[in-house]
Amino acid sequence: MTTVATTHSYLAGLLAGRAELPSSMSSSALAWLNRLRADAVDRVSALTVPTTRDEDWRFTDISPLTRISFHPVRSASSLAAADIDSFLLPEAGARLVFVDGVYAPQLSFNQTGVVVANIGSSLAEHGRALEPHLGRHAPFDVNVFAALNTAFLGDGALVMVPGNASVAAPVHLLFIATQPDTVSYPRCLVVGGTGSAVTVIEDYVALQEGAYFTNAVTEIAAADNATVKHVRVQRENGAAFHIANCAVSLAHASRYQAVSVSLGARISRYDLNVLQAAEGTECSVDGLALITDRQLADTHSMIDHAHPHGVSRQLHKCIADGASHAVFNGKIMVRHGAQRTDSSQSSRNLLLTAKARVDTKPQLEIFADDVKCAHGATVGQLDAEEVFYLRSRGLSELTARNLLTYAFGAEIIDRIPVATLKHTLEQTVLAHTNRPL
Amino acid sequence: MIGADSKTLLEARGLHATVNGIEILKGMNLTVKTGEVHAIMGPNGSGKSTFAKVLAGHPAYEVTAGEVLLEGKDLFELKPEERARAGVFLGFQYPIEIPGVANSQFLRLAYNTVQAQRGKDELDPLEFDDFVRERMKLLEMNPDFLDRSVNEGFSGGEKKRNEILQMALLEPKLAILDETDSGLDIDALRVVAGGVNQLANENNAIVLVTHYQRLLNYIVPDYVHVMESGRIVKTGGKELAVELETRGYEWVAGATVAAGAAA
Repeated sequence: MTTVATTHSYLAGLLAGRAELPSSMSSSALAWLNRLRADAVDRVSALTVPTTRDEDWRFTDISPLTRISFHPVRSASSLAAADIDSFLLPEAGARLVFVDGVYAPQLSFNQTGVVVANIGSSLAEHGRALEPHLGRHAPFDVNVFAALNTAFLGDGALVMVPGNASVAAPVHLLFIATQPDTVSYPRCLVVGGTGSAVTVIEDYVALQEGAYFTNAVTEIAAADNATVKHVRVQRENGAAFHIANCAVSLAHASRYQAVSVSLGARISRYDLNVLQAAEGTECSVDGLALITDRQLADTHSMIDHAHPHGVSRQLHKCIADGASHAVFNGKIMVRHGAQRTDSSQSSRNLLLTAKARVDTKPQLEIFADDVKCAHGATVGQLDAEEVFYLRSRGLSELTARNLLTYAFGAEIIDRIPVATLKHTLEQTVLAHTNRPL
Repeated sequence: MIGADSKTLLEARGLHATVNGIEILKGMNLTVKTGEVHAIMGPNGSGKSTFAKVLAGHPAYEVTAGEVLLEGKDLFELKPEERARAGVFLGFQYPIEIPGVANSQFLRLAYNTVQAQRGKDELDPLEFDDFVRERMKLLEMNPDFLDRSVNEGFSGGEKKRNEILQMALLEPKLAILDETDSGLDIDALRVVAGGVNQLANENNAIVLVTHYQRLLNYIVPDYVHVMESGRIVKTGGKELAVELETRGYEWVAGATVAAGAAA
């Protein structure tokens, strides 16, 4: 009971930081939004911070989070373009920057011709279009972190692509942490209209070394025949706590292609739920966690085949160095009637030291009888035959090991459809794997 | 191709080796000089491939007795990569697939490592690309194989061509080709053997490890050795391979037993 009381007071402390609604959000037309926020506050009050006694969190002890009192940023940092130069992607057709969760219009731009805007500033104009989506895909009734995020709904990224529009240049959503001891609630909503196509990069970075807490929620809705490509890069600083929920809803014959890369944070947790909400949808969900020291990176995914002729592909890789701990829980649900589902899932894990640890749990639940599902998991060290083959060609053992480790991660990085980001991350993996044994 | 000033490249004397605690090589002797082509034949399990892997330094094989000298120096003092840089090349029976490592990247790294050892200039990616494409013609290889992961999804014949391509790039002094003919159809065999023949010269030597005589129609050996129970039991010229093909390995084994009984 003490634990419950403590987490209640911890959550209450977080809620206490909630700002008054800005006047722009209090109009009667936005009653739905205020109800949503109020419902979320109620849920936070009813829920507790999960512990390792909860099945979904058994490997991820987030008690270190609750030992720090985080507060929303009190005065926004003012950044100049030069401060964020190293994070910019020249390919981007639009960029939204949020500094400690606060929208930074002076660092943002949009040349795509579609809606790429701050949620908080576009409610008057787009509120009606948002209502069916915001808070509807990412449920917060049992998820305290999604509930907290929703309770703080305000600034956030909105990407709305009208029917048959194809946005060639990627949309870069950049979340920058600049102040220690702060908590931010990044929120993204991507709505792809019928037959549209868009690429969204969700990118978490830091400009300081202290601990902070990022609690993000992303919702993605793809209408019939739409394509959404989603790149997620979590490169928070090494002291950060990063907890994120992403929910994707796929309408008829729509496609979702995701690559998620986790590099930073002391403790990170990413929950991805993809719902195949109609026939003939396709998703590919790939992930890489590359961690070291005492980092913990946890990915939970759920691909819900709820209708026939759905296709899903998932390749999740972890490279655990130092005394780090990687967790993967990947559930594939094939519901009754989801015939001709074609699903494959692979979890591959590389342990670079004796102290590193991986817990992987692929889960397949099938309630239809005409399906093709393959899944598997491997945990191991570098393949001795591969190392010998490279050495027999003159490469030193260290070079051979570094090359094989790099290649292991590069297979995922290669799937990122943005050249400069791919290059940057390849260099990151290379720097990480190019260390002496 | 044996020149007048032929030098001793490799000398194995009384070599014993084990894998997983089981002794496979039991007193292997072999001397290889520059310009020579040797064929090591023998039934399955006679120790042919073990000998090849021991020379290359495979970590699963433990040398328990005997010595091997490479140009007069103790081969076992060298790590696998040092042997490669010193000019030892093993063509793998089952070349390893390495997903995620581009063949071009792998070939260039290997080439530059060996070049650096020889005090020669390394090639940048563009220079190397020209160079490797030229070498690939020797083996009638499609340049597309440069962009693919090392051996991943290659057919058996493509993997063997890729092995000989590496030999062509690294220009070893001593090439040990382990069952290079296995898994090849006649056309591929002719191409691969043609490549090997073009690479053979009076300054290097080739040791062919093979179960069948077929390869030796294309690469003609100066010496044919027959292995049995971890050592060479018979040595002859190229005609020995033909005789083996018609009379089988039992013939040699029987002859050895008879010789042993006579002694």
